[in-house]
Amino acid sequence: MNPIRTRADSPWGRGVGLRVGGLSWRVSPRALVVAVVFAVVAVVVSVVSIGGGDYPMSFGEVVRALAGRGDASTDFIVNQLRLPRAVTALAVGAALGLAGALFQSLSRNPLGSPDLLGFTQGSATGVLVATVLAGGSGLGLAVGAVTGGVLTGVLIVLLVGRNGAHGQRLVLVGVGVAAILTGVNGYLLTKAQITDAARAVLWLTGSLDGRDWKQATPVLVMLAIAVAVTASCGRALRTIELGDEGARALGVPVDRVRGALLAVAVLLASLAAAAAGPVSFVALTAPQLARRLTRSSGPNALPAACLGAALLAAADLAGQRLVPGHQLPVGVVTGLLGGGYLIWLLTTERKAGRL
Amino acid sequence: MTAPASRLTASGLTLAYDRRVITRDLDVAVPDRSFTVVVGPNACGKSTLLRALARVLRPVAGTVMLDGERISSWPARKLARTLGLLPQSSVAPEGITVSDLVARGRYPHQGILRQWTREDARVVAESMRATGVEELASRGVDELSGGQRQRVWIAMALAQQTSLLLLDEPTTFLDIAHQIEVLDLCARLHAEGRTVVAVLHDLNQAARYATHLIAMRDGRIVAEGPPAEVVTAERVAEVFGLRCRVIDDPETGTPLVVPAAPSIPAASDVVKVT
Ligand SMILES: Nc1ncnc2c1ncn2[C@@H]1O[C@H](COP(=O)(O)OP(=O)(O)OP(=O)(O)O)[C@@H](O)[C@H]1O
Ligand SMILES: [Mg+2]
Repeated sequence: MNPIRTRADSPWGRGVGLRVGGLSWRVSPRALVVAVVFAVVAVVVSVVSIGGGDYPMSFGEVVRALAGRGDASTDFIVNQLRLPRAVTALAVGAALGLAGALFQSLSRNPLGSPDLLGFTQGSATGVLVATVLAGGSGLGLAVGAVTGGVLTGVLIVLLVGRNGAHGQRLVLVGVGVAAILTGVNGYLLTKAQITDAARAVLWLTGSLDGRDWKQATPVLVMLAIAVAVTASCGRALRTIELGDEGARALGVPVDRVRGALLAVAVLLASLAAAAAGPVSFVALTAPQLARRLTRSSGPNALPAACLGAALLAAADLAGQRLVPGHQLPVGVVTGLLGGGYLIWLLTTERKAGRL
Repeated sequence: MTAPASRLTASGLTLAYDRRVITRDLDVAVPDRSFTVVVGPNACGKSTLLRALARVLRPVAGTVMLDGERISSWPARKLARTLGLLPQSSVAPEGITVSDLVARGRYPHQGILRQWTREDARVVAESMRATGVEELASRGVDELSGGQRQRVWIAMALAQQTSLLLLDEPTTFLDIAHQIEVLDLCARLHAEGRTVVAVLHDLNQAARYATHLIAMRDGRIVAEGPPAEVVTAERVAEVFGLRCRVIDDPETGTPLVVPAAPSIPAASDVVKVT
């Protein structure tokens, strides 16, 4: 046996070949483990979360009710009242995690997330316009959030120009757009009726209160589409991380892949915002944590989505339980956690001399 | 004398970035199974030409032909299995390992349902061995020296398994021994039947290894042909603005450029050193 061969083969421990008939994939066991662990964590936290509230239930009771074998009252409370909120939390968290992973990979920048690039602010502008113009019905808010997010995406792509939809330029333009939109949002808030303004402010903190299937379904549908698109473009996206020139030389249709994934990421972020408001920092932190845990380069899309779901479910649970008798909106909790994380990240990167 | 056949040719090429024209109406043919070396001063358009030949940059005017077809009509992945380009500067994704990076060269050979085969593993291992980076396989690319990194990128281009290989400054960052090692590797690839095009800055190395030399200046091809014909003292003065003498390389008999001794003024004429 040639020793060089084995040494060269050994690094595939990180990416194990999987063959079924003539088909073959390469999967990283570590990434798979991270994804599964956090998917389980997300579900367990949700079950605990459903068991809490004015009518507490044990873990077992909740699971029985979810399986359709609870009595009439627990069935009603679990499946009608509390499940939609829990599912919304999971869907929004996964959408933000995945959107963040895509944005960070496309911009080749750890700060490339929808809350820093202006998409979240754009959704907020849309919501405020809908509030001022239409008084802000539930559907109006959602349509406003999606329209605002998508228009911001179009604006940023136009400003960045055809040849620069990546890297530094995207981040700089995004940060500028975010700053402008923040100003616009402040102005719109002063123009709104006081009751509408109060409702808009509540939406702006990011909350899961009173969410039902109407909010969860669009995010779930978009998630399914996004997972399919990401799976089919994943290899191309990893290749684009080598730089446009290198990726083109390897036969990747760079512009087409980037356009498709950018559209998916923008839609994910805006639909998440429509459902729960601009929940900050999940899209920023989930992909970063995923990368640290899987220790592999690339977008880490699936682990990031599972981590996002777990993070948001946990933040929502914390918001409900942390201050007895008082519920914190989930956006406040993620803001506190995420801000702390960002400071930690900046200081460790600084110590490591990378900043 | 008939010109040697060429799979890769360009005619009437005008290349520009936005509106800044770099070359105008350029004709070039890469002789089959040649080791073609492109030389010229910084910013003369060598990398730009390579980009156009690899279809990474779309010409403003003119066409590039590969195997008798316009390169623009080639399907992207088929092209990437035929012609490889190693750009002058590439970014390695954060935290990627050497073997992972080399494996990305397999992209054009894979599909959604065929992502990783034994053949892929074999080619990746072989490419790492050919460039002497198999020892580094599980190391992070971020933690390598410039020369090690350069060899990893070459391994990635090799893993693409193309019969035409365009290398933009493959010897940059390398110490003299590794420069020769990479050039020997290119010569071996050439001897095995590939067509290799490389941009080099060292004229003596270019003259020693090239079977066909292209000298560029200001976006134009000033001279091309066998190194013995192209490398003359007048040519070097014309292309690089350097006074020199050209003698025979004592090892190979190829042209050897020896820069003229500078006429250094006496130190006392320049500054008073106290
Ligand atoms: N991506 C780009 N966008 C705009 N201008 C560019 C770009 N790349 C190169 N140029 C310009 O085109 C001209 C030719 O550059 P090119 O990279 O082809 O030179 P080169 O001969 O490869 O030089 P070097 O030896 O320094 O690598 C230069 O003036 C350069 O500034
Ligand atoms: Mg160059």
